Amino acid sequence: MSTSQDPPIDLLRGLTQPRVSRRRMLQAGGLTALGAGLAACSIAPARKAGGGSGGDSMWGQQRAIAAFWAEHAKPLGTLNFTNWPLYIDVDPDNPNVRPSLDEFTKKTGIKVNYREDINEVDTFYAKIAPLLKAGQSIGADLIVITNGVYLTKLIANDYLLPLDQSAMPTFYAQASDLVKDPSFDRGNVFTMAWQSGITGIAYNPKLTGREITSWQDMQDPKFKGKVGMFGENEDMPNSALCAIGVNPETSTEADWQKAAEWLKKQRPLVRKYYQQDYIQPLTQGDLAITMAWSGDIFQAMASNPKLNLKFVVPKEGAPIWTDNMCIPRYADHPRDAMIYMDYVYQPEVAATLADYINYITPVPAAQQIFEQEAKDADNDDDREYYQNLATSPLIFPAEEDFARLHHYRVLTEDELITWNNIFEPIYQS
Amino acid sequence: MSARTVRARLAPYAMIFPGWLWLVIFFVVPLVSMLSVSLMTGSDVDGFTQTWHFHTYVEAWNKYHVQIVRSLIYGLIATGICLVLGYPVAYWIAFRVRQKYKSMILFLLLLPFFVSFIIRTQTWNFILSDNGMVLGLYHALGFHGGHVLNTSTAVIGGLAYNFLPFTILPIYVSLERVHPSLLEASADLYANKTKSFLRVVLPLSIPGIFASVLLTFVPVASDYVNAMILGGTRNTMVGTAIETEYVTNFNPPMASALSFILMAVLLVGVFAYARALGTEEAMEMAATA
Repeated sequence: MSTSQDPPIDLLRGLTQPRVSRRRMLQAGGLTALGAGLAACSIAPARKAGGGSGGDSMWGQQRAIAAFWAEHAKPLGTLNFTNWPLYIDVDPDNPNVRPSLDEFTKKTGIKVNYREDINEVDTFYAKIAPLLKAGQSIGADLIVITNGVYLTKLIANDYLLPLDQSAMPTFYAQASDLVKDPSFDRGNVFTMAWQSGITGIAYNPKLTGREITSWQDMQDPKFKGKVGMFGENEDMPNSALCAIGVNPETSTEADWQKAAEWLKKQRPLVRKYYQQDYIQPLTQGDLAITMAWSGDIFQAMASNPKLNLKFVVPKEGAPIWTDNMCIPRYADHPRDAMIYMDYVYQPEVAATLADYINYITPVPAAQQIFEQEAKDADNDDDREYYQNLATSPLIFPAEEDFARLHHYRVLTEDELITWNNIFEPIYQS
Repeated sequence: MSARTVRARLAPYAMIFPGWLWLVIFFVVPLVSMLSVSLMTGSDVDGFTQTWHFHTYVEAWNKYHVQIVRSLIYGLIATGICLVLGYPVAYWIAFRVRQKYKSMILFLLLLPFFVSFIIRTQTWNFILSDNGMVLGLYHALGFHGGHVLNTSTAVIGGLAYNFLPFTILPIYVSLERVHPSLLEASADLYANKTKSFLRVVLPLSIPGIFASVLLTFVPVASDYVNAMILGGTRNTMVGTAIETEYVTNFNPPMASALSFILMAVLLVGVFAYARALGTEEAMEMAATA
């Protein structure tokens, strides 16, 4: 497999067909809620609930968890699901209709209130943490959080509900090795993956004038003022560690310093350190080359067939991340959430989602669904389309790809402070 | 003293009571709590305790003095631009526009405010982009290199654009009060137009200018939306730093300390400015302008 993960021409041609307009326009980013209230009075430590009356021993906790789920054995018929924008399938004709959710309601009788409320994980955390600290429901039964600092915090502060391990048979049967027993949540105690993705480089070949293969291309003075980087403390530092040839997962403070040097050297070329708003400048030609999330680029191109953008996984390696479904503590409908989490691991459901979202699906068996669809297709366009999905390296990465993909560095509370002190001055300047 | 006179004496206090209550609840209480937070230490997981750790202020200054100074400089430049652009507009509305059109012109001035602040700023993103309306033409004419979006020029421009009406309105109000007979009198005393303006109109509009500068400079210096949307590297203002400390680093003490530093710097600036412009009188007149 080549490093360049261009979508095959045929796939793009397929995208221009009306049948695929199910991929909705990627709206201009950056219009996120910017307010961050300063409303702190007394700041108590996070509640250490520990799962009720079970006591501190592991067995006690296990019993408490089992008791909790025995108490909540029946679904209540409602699921409040809070997710990121453009992260689920929608009807091509009506963006408010989400076929996979409707199917779920038909099969289980559980009505889903779907909200796209998570724009940035840090602001979302800041929004829900005070409620959870006060022991209140946040109004959502299911949230999707990227592995990293914030998920670690949610777990450390005991803000997540331990899952009912006996209610996830489909997960254990279908989940890929990538998302089973992940390093950030051993034993899947709190989370099940929604989708995974790669942070790599997106570029506009017309502006770069050449193929891009390496993180070092982002230090080419030729691209001065046309280079985009992420302005946050996870993807950017972890990518920079990949760029200097270090595996972020096992990196040391000395490596962080070296990565920071690499970033500082690059800074005069950088146009801006972006939040979520890099797609618009990339599509309007302000950026020639930028850090990017794999799925975003494909959705952007799907919404505008005239765009010619490319996404590469740099040869030095790149971060891979997983967005995880989890149940916040004090959720009103925990059983309904549990049922849904296991439900999306059915290969048909996973295929429907992957078809729209174009990120790495946690269910490898979805590949067979696409192959079957391709076989059953009654015209060439459909056949090609499904074949391309089945072979897309962005939905089903190959073994050798995984060798180059690294998880984020897991940081302790103290390490995080050092980490932030090293990397923050670079993008916050 | 009869009950009646007591009541009569207390009546004004009773009437301003809601106003005071409002100020206490929504201004004094948060301010004091913020001050207390700024003197706490701890972490998100372990909680924060009051330690009277003043060193946070020193750390905040050391870490972010570049952003604080930059905010002040951007604020001064943007306010200057607003004054230069705004004064003639206010003058024109006050003296040249016919009475019946005045309210329409003022309405037009405020019209952009019916669109969300974020959307208005975001629109400049399209206009100033490398292939946008402005630079697209420049590039089409064969010039190359350089960009405007994501530079300090774009940030200051955005600030000046967003706050211009706050500059114009107070100046307009003070100019509107200049009675035309004063200009006639000045002409009778052989002052030409320039002299009339410099000796009569301008001094009378000083309170308006003072109010304008306050209403523009203070919010501009603490703004962070423009820097976030239109800025690039090395354009971060202190507002963004406060947000980062509060939201990303879970460091409310540092965020509060930064807010207090900003407030202190702004207050000192404002009082120095009031002094320079000739006192509390200006302040008082500005309040009534």
